[in-house]
Amino acid sequence: MKTEEPLSGQELIAAIRHPESLRDLPLRRWDSLLRVARRANLLGRLAQGARRACRDEELPPAVRPHLQSAATLLAHQRAAIAWETGHLAKAFAVHDFPVVLLKGAAYAAAGLAAADGRLFGDVDILVPRANLNHAEAALMRQGWASGGSDPYDQRYYRQWMHEIPPMTHRGRGTVVDLHHNILPLTARHSPDAGQLLAWSRALPNSRFRVLCPADMVIHSATHLFYESELQNGLRDLFDLDALLGEFAAAGSDFWAQLTARAIALGLALPVYLACCYAGRLLDTPVPPFVLAELARTAGLGALARRRFDALYLRALMPDHPLSSGSATALARLAVYLRGHWLRMPPALLAAHLSRKAVIRLFRNTSRSA
Amino acid sequence: MDRVGDLSLSGLAALLADGRFAVHTGSLVSRIQSTLPDVARSIHVLYAHHPYSAAPEFADFHVELGRPRNLRRWFSRQAEFVVDGERPFEPLPRDQAPAFLEWGLNWSIAASCHQWLTIHAASLERNGQAVILPAPPGSGKSTLCAALALRGWRLLTDEMSLIDLQTTAAYALARPINLKNASIDLIRSFAPASVWGPETYDTAKGRVTHLRPPADSVDRMLESAQPRWIVFPRYATGAEPLLTPRGKATTFIHFARNAFNYSQLGALGFEVAGRLVSQCDCYDFTYSRLDDALEVFDWLADGGKSDEN
Repeated sequence: MKTEEPLSGQELIAAIRHPESLRDLPLRRWDSLLRVARRANLLGRLAQGARRACRDEELPPAVRPHLQSAATLLAHQRAAIAWETGHLAKAFAVHDFPVVLLKGAAYAAAGLAAADGRLFGDVDILVPRANLNHAEAALMRQGWASGGSDPYDQRYYRQWMHEIPPMTHRGRGTVVDLHHNILPLTARHSPDAGQLLAWSRALPNSRFRVLCPADMVIHSATHLFYESELQNGLRDLFDLDALLGEFAAAGSDFWAQLTARAIALGLALPVYLACCYAGRLLDTPVPPFVLAELARTAGLGALARRRFDALYLRALMPDHPLSSGSATALARLAVYLRGHWLRMPPALLAAHLSRKAVIRLFRNTSRSA
Repeated sequence: MDRVGDLSLSGLAALLADGRFAVHTGSLVSRIQSTLPDVARSIHVLYAHHPYSAAPEFADFHVELGRPRNLRRWFSRQAEFVVDGERPFEPLPRDQAPAFLEWGLNWSIAASCHQWLTIHAASLERNGQAVILPAPPGSGKSTLCAALALRGWRLLTDEMSLIDLQTTAAYALARPINLKNASIDLIRSFAPASVWGPETYDTAKGRVTHLRPPADSVDRMLESAQPRWIVFPRYATGAEPLLTPRGKATTFIHFARNAFNYSQLGALGFEVAGRLVSQCDCYDFTYSRLDDALEVFDWLADGGKSDEN
């Protein structure tokens, strides 16, 4: 019997998109809003909006420290990510194979609006598979190591996945995810990573490259809609909204390029889903021909679309007790299974999931490090 | 504002079970939901002096200590810590739930309070000036902190010092002091009237319990203090008390490595840690007897004069 008021994902979205509405928000609603935003990893975007749209005295005193905390993180993260990529550049200086920054690090390095207000986690990079060992060795020489995972994890990553186990820096504790593709080798629609590298663009005055605009969207969409756990689902959808908005404004043929490229890489479905839900949940202006063409290529009928709606309109909402009920939990489970299903053949999947279940049951009971 | 000690144990347990209980520690309000009887008993004893409110409009943290809802509950009696639907730790044996709550609240502060530089250190105040006691493992930081708090120093915090990013002022939480093994007996005999939470046995740490903070520290928990000294304690059996100046550079490096959010704050963390260290006198302190230690700290608080007396 809790006395807490629920707060829907829609309300969080509205608060981020219309921060001027926060001026009149009662303290009790702030309480729920901060909790849900923190869980969805959207506190940065919320805090940035609030501080731009509202004067300090328009915000309740109890709320200000939390917004200040998030704003402090945001202000220093840009410098931190530049610092970290500087160390990475040093690690790769002796090699001449291409190194592509992905996701948050790429948005920041390329100066994209998607980096604005986004809180960063790990740095993701993509290298050609032929150079993977060189890249790993180069990172190890500069202090990164993929420790702490058991032989099964090592095999899971190295034999089946599109990345090696996360590498943590022994001094700074920062984490690098080294990828050789954007989807697992076992996935049903694993794209040709050579294509992504070939179309990537050099950043001015940098050791690094970033994906071309269409591929950046495709990667973000693929990541989101092949993912098993959507804890950052809404955050990623906000990223997509920012990317689509900025690229569409920069070039009139962007939408046609995105559509053609998604189809050429065999990834029409995740890009369709990304455009569809960004449009429906965040009002991203997606031209109708894009949705129609992607849906046709992906072979999506009306029934399939309704099935996806049943899953994603719920599962994309914040995974917080205040904003989700049992139907959401069911949608989340379905997304979990779908994500694994898409990434692994059935026999492998069954073995992997039962191993995970058994381990969860008997894992040691002391606090994890 | 009403204090936790004004509630009956059953009244507190009912508020906790309904998720309406919120305790005020320093400027932070933590709303706690739990049906575990040990948690209610522990809060009733350890937070007796702290103000509380029932279902406040706003709380900084919303945490839950409960029984895990998965298959494992059939194998062992466990407690899990949940904050906003997230479980940052593996479950622990049920009798460790009260200590689990303290760790969980520390984690919540470290993970989300970047309006401060949060350092793994105790801090106490005397005459408006604060001493910071950093905590290399096995240093006896909490033992010394408890002794000082029981004899004239005002407890700011035991586990986590909060340094204001603009002013470098140290903020107070006045939460219970965590003690282990021999330190428990030492402080019990040092202050027989002191009040303690339930003692539990942890396979990794040995005997663990918490000491209730003195009422005066709780009454004044909204007063911050400017740090003046940084003292690295080291307990050594049979040692004579020895206070030696410590280099500012090594002190700075210790803070850089032991601040919870140093790297998240980036250049600001560097700059605040630098200001903090440069405004403080830094010492190493070796001791074996608490009375010696108190004498040395009183001497520090009196301005470090009258050397020979």
